[in-house]
Amino acid sequence: MNDTTAGLLQAGVLVAALALCYRPLGSYLTRVLTSERDLRVERAMYRVVGVDPRSDQRWQTYAASLLAFSGVGVLALYALQRTQSHLPLSLGFGNVDPALAFNTAVSFVTNTNWQAYSGESTMGHVVQMSGLAVQNFISAAVGICVAVALIRGFVRSRTDRLGNFWVDLVRIIVRVLLPLSVLAAIALILMGAVQNFSGGEHLTTLAGQHQTITGGPVASQEAIKELGTNGGGFYNANSAHPFENPTPLSNILEIFLLLLIPVALTRTFGEMVEDKRQGYAVLAVMTTLWASLVVAVTTFEVHHSGTALQAAGAAMEGKETRFGEWSSALFAVSTTGTSTGAVNSFHSSYTGLGGGALLFNMGLGEVAPGGTGSGLYGILVLAIMAVFVAGLMVGRTPEYLRKKITAREIKLVSLYILAMPMIVLTGTGIAMAFPGPRSSMLNHGPHGLSEVLYAFMSAANNNGSAFAGLSANTSFFNVALGIAMLLGRFVPMVLVLALGGAFARQQRIPETPGTLPTHGPLFVGLLTGVTIIVAGLTFFPVLALGPFAEGL
Amino acid sequence: MTTLAHSTDQPARVAAGLLDPRMLLTSLPDSVRKLDPRVMMRNPVMFVVEIGAVFSTCTAVTHPSVFAWSVVVWLWLTVLFANLAEAVAEGRGKAQAATLRRAKTETTAHRVVSPATDGVAAVTEDVMASDLRLGDVVVVVAGQVIPGDGDIVEGIASVDESAITGESAPVIRESGGDRSSVTGGTRVLSDRVLVQITARPGESFIDRMIALVEGASRQKTPNEIALNILLASLTIVFVATTATLQPFAIYSGSPQSVVVLVALLVCLIPTTIGALLSAIGIAGMDRLVQHNVLAMSGRAVEAAGDVNTLLLDKTGTITLGNRQAAVFIPVPGVEIGRLAGAAQLSSLADETPEGRSIVVLAESSYGVPAGSRVGSDAVFVPFTAQTRMSGVDLPDRQIRKGAAASVGTWVREQGGAAGPELSRTVDEISTSGGTPLVVAESVDGVARALGVIHLKDVVKPGMAARFAQMRLMGIRTVMITGDNPLTAQAIAQEAGLDDFLAEATPEDKMALIKKEQEGGRLVAMTGDGTNDAPALAQADVGVAMNSGTSAAKEAGNMVDLDSDPTKLIEIVEICKQLLITRGALTTFSIANDVAKYFAIIPAMFVGVFPSLQRLNVMHLDSPESAILSAVIFNALIIIGLIPLALRGVRYTPSSAGAMLRRNLAIYGLGGIVAPFVGIKLLDLVVSRIPGIS
Repeated sequence: MNDTTAGLLQAGVLVAALALCYRPLGSYLTRVLTSERDLRVERAMYRVVGVDPRSDQRWQTYAASLLAFSGVGVLALYALQRTQSHLPLSLGFGNVDPALAFNTAVSFVTNTNWQAYSGESTMGHVVQMSGLAVQNFISAAVGICVAVALIRGFVRSRTDRLGNFWVDLVRIIVRVLLPLSVLAAIALILMGAVQNFSGGEHLTTLAGQHQTITGGPVASQEAIKELGTNGGGFYNANSAHPFENPTPLSNILEIFLLLLIPVALTRTFGEMVEDKRQGYAVLAVMTTLWASLVVAVTTFEVHHSGTALQAAGAAMEGKETRFGEWSSALFAVSTTGTSTGAVNSFHSSYTGLGGGALLFNMGLGEVAPGGTGSGLYGILVLAIMAVFVAGLMVGRTPEYLRKKITAREIKLVSLYILAMPMIVLTGTGIAMAFPGPRSSMLNHGPHGLSEVLYAFMSAANNNGSAFAGLSANTSFFNVALGIAMLLGRFVPMVLVLALGGAFARQQRIPETPGTLPTHGPLFVGLLTGVTIIVAGLTFFPVLALGPFAEGL
Repeated sequence: MTTLAHSTDQPARVAAGLLDPRMLLTSLPDSVRKLDPRVMMRNPVMFVVEIGAVFSTCTAVTHPSVFAWSVVVWLWLTVLFANLAEAVAEGRGKAQAATLRRAKTETTAHRVVSPATDGVAAVTEDVMASDLRLGDVVVVVAGQVIPGDGDIVEGIASVDESAITGESAPVIRESGGDRSSVTGGTRVLSDRVLVQITARPGESFIDRMIALVEGASRQKTPNEIALNILLASLTIVFVATTATLQPFAIYSGSPQSVVVLVALLVCLIPTTIGALLSAIGIAGMDRLVQHNVLAMSGRAVEAAGDVNTLLLDKTGTITLGNRQAAVFIPVPGVEIGRLAGAAQLSSLADETPEGRSIVVLAESSYGVPAGSRVGSDAVFVPFTAQTRMSGVDLPDRQIRKGAAASVGTWVREQGGAAGPELSRTVDEISTSGGTPLVVAESVDGVARALGVIHLKDVVKPGMAARFAQMRLMGIRTVMITGDNPLTAQAIAQEAGLDDFLAEATPEDKMALIKKEQEGGRLVAMTGDGTNDAPALAQADVGVAMNSGTSAAKEAGNMVDLDSDPTKLIEIVEICKQLLITRGALTTFSIANDVAKYFAIIPAMFVGVFPSLQRLNVMHLDSPESAILSAVIFNALIIIGLIPLALRGVRYTPSSAGAMLRRNLAIYGLGGIVAPFVGIKLLDLVVSRIPGIS
């Protein structure tokens, strides 16, 4: 089988598997999020923390609960890292440096999983399992909570209540993420991923060098790393490491896992707004963007223009020979499009335009198909903006999902759309303006700019993948990227919850032939166009100076 | 705008939607005055352009070059063109306001001090119109100008309202009923009336109208506010994009001059829509005024575009004012010619529209020439409420026509009998929604019924097609009528309405509006009577007829000066067109950016990264000419689109999907393609300027 056939076959299997799970998982999520019944274990948890599971929260309370909970998460994770040397199973690693500990705590709580450290040489098993892995579950669930609160805003009429954050959070973790990641972990173990408490094997290599091979609870963390679109690897090499991602089969499984929930959530969305076509439309936009980028990146990599790459015969630098160009491109687009940030190849080594496409994928605002929950609310916010301009063009006050888009909603949408580019551009601008941060760059010229841009793009979009080639473990980058991650995660979330609150207060209005249809090819095309144009207009100049200058 | 064409030919009005090129010149001083930063601040997008223009002027002074000065000049022109758009739109309103002000000359009022009692004439005093207070009663006689808004409390007069409506035919105003209100500034042509003043000086209808057309009281409408927020945030994004570009440019070894960065910024921010937004709003209100509709608030204008349910009064809106004879149905044994002849004879003296229609029908369809067989000895029997019949007594026979029961009684009294066929026909006509009139004759003292005249409502031509268009736009039409349900249903079906409310009382109407609003629908209605006032106030769009009572005009949020209930449909269309124009130009403005990027970005950096020449897809001559061409295009497109902003984009009622497809194709795709062509053409010219190429 040649590369092309294998590549197409993999993509086909992936799409088929996702299509197969779309309905059952999406409908299951709907039931979980709308059910009136609590499981016994959930009731026990509510009793312990003193939450009335039947009470509904206003958007402000919902947001406050979410922020407080995440704040506690950051503090706890920071404390764990700073006291690592006193914890069991620390593998002899010392306390983590304050700036790095802040960066890492923020990174895992914000579902970014940017890693300015090497996992196998920095974090002991306790920090990995009770700190990082716990946040992998929580941060993924938090994203879904926000998306669900927004959907409730569309569905409900004349109320100020958006649901209960604690109930949503507990249910998503207990009923969705835990069972699915157990299954995924078992599958990964079967495929050869490691799962142990080994303190490390000390070996002498053929060349006579000493090497320590660290084992650990890898498969369990790997499962939620992909499923929750987290991306924080147990090892520095992430999914390129054979212990994390041993075979081409496990590679496909991992891509499947990271796309699974963001894709299925569009079904949940369609079911909750009682119009499945709305879900299909959103999914069609996500799929169009994802598929176009897969085609683009694969083409750039397979053609690997450039003297050096042509001489080498393939763009294999930074890619695993187990996976090759096709699987690497598929993984890279899926991970940058889901705000996962796991990598099975080094994005810095991609061709100029290939790397640029990955950058652009994040620049879309993580909506192809985006992180767990965050992808859905991201595309819905873009849909509101598309509907606003298009709605005016059909001569009515624009409306989406039977709610009017008035000045209040547009204000929140505008701020949402402003937030990410402002963080990315100011962050990158500051970094490039000062010699200190510039000295972290291992490359010069356009590629150096791409590295720094990628770092802030990844942080502000809570992706977490790195372009590599940037020594990010400096005080400047740890703090600046930490702030970028915090703002990039919670500013949009609060805006989305406020948006949900604003919509919930409105009465649902009837749909008529005069209502702009928000399903069907025309709207899919419009929303795809708006998504590309919004990101394109924002990032075109800087992309021209980075990837374009390098790749054209 | 073909659907709106018929009422634009009013005298003494500025033609709707056309841009007189002279207006550009006359508005120039105004647009220069608007450069004042305190004025500019109200339009954030153009304010950013002005600030940019100031900065680049400073740079051009310190580092002069042909390129820098050319860009600076065009940046200032961009600001000026935006102001010009607004000034032209306002200028048209000012011309109308001037016409209205002429009507508002100070008049003397004859205020009643003590009313007339038992033959003693009323005592009046002369006061200035501006001294009149609420509740004062004034006397106005033929030839005088009515001193203020009010209701006629006594008398009837014909009034020339051309000052406000532009309509030269006088209208009748009388006390009591729904035609009692008069407007200050209009002239009484005949008779004498007592008018009770209902508006304070300075708050009269004409005052409000002047404020409205001048744009002085113009408040931004909800959608306009929302759009402004979006435009402001896009501006912020592009300020950030441009500002952060400099560190990247320095890093890349190609620092950019302030002039170039400002040029990039101005090309990216949505200047086209930013420049035209307020002109579109002013022109939209203006278009309503051209149709003789005054909207009291911008909110009402947008609500009209969003309306889901139209409540339409049957009479005058859906049907012609009166019922007309449609067919004669004789009883068996009577030939139709005899029935037609008798029907015509009995109606010759009947001056009601129904009576006239019978004469016409007999003549046109049954060949009975009018007035052929009536001699001077004919005695006409007029209709009275007691007999409920009218007719004619001839020497040899008597003819009666009227309600079935009354004529039946008359026939029986004369020794005749009405057969079962007659009553069956009468029932059939009633069931179908028509009105049966029975015709009978009595010869030599023996009476017999001849047959039945079928009177029916005549639906105005073209209404069914219009309601079908409404349905396409998602608007439900509901007919309001005092008729019984059967009649109502028949007319509603014939006219193609979605629903009807029969035997409607004002309370029923109110309940219907509330029910529709409960379901989240917006309701529009017209009304003129005082008993319509609560419903007009409750409706989202309440259009009061100018001929109606003050209470109705006060309660509604729009007034139709022509008092044409059909206008409601046009109002909806005009308001939709206003929103569409905004959306279309916004789309166009944003879509334009794509081409400008391809012009400017390669021009900025091709020096350090020659490979970026590949992005120069238009093959523009030089970096300088590329940037300058983009800036010039950006400025010229504003001027080019002023006529469209004032006229509004073409609007044909169709479904939302079809309309979106059409407008996206024209303004979305067109907006992407047009600047590629425009900038390339400009570049061909600009590159010949010495010092640029």
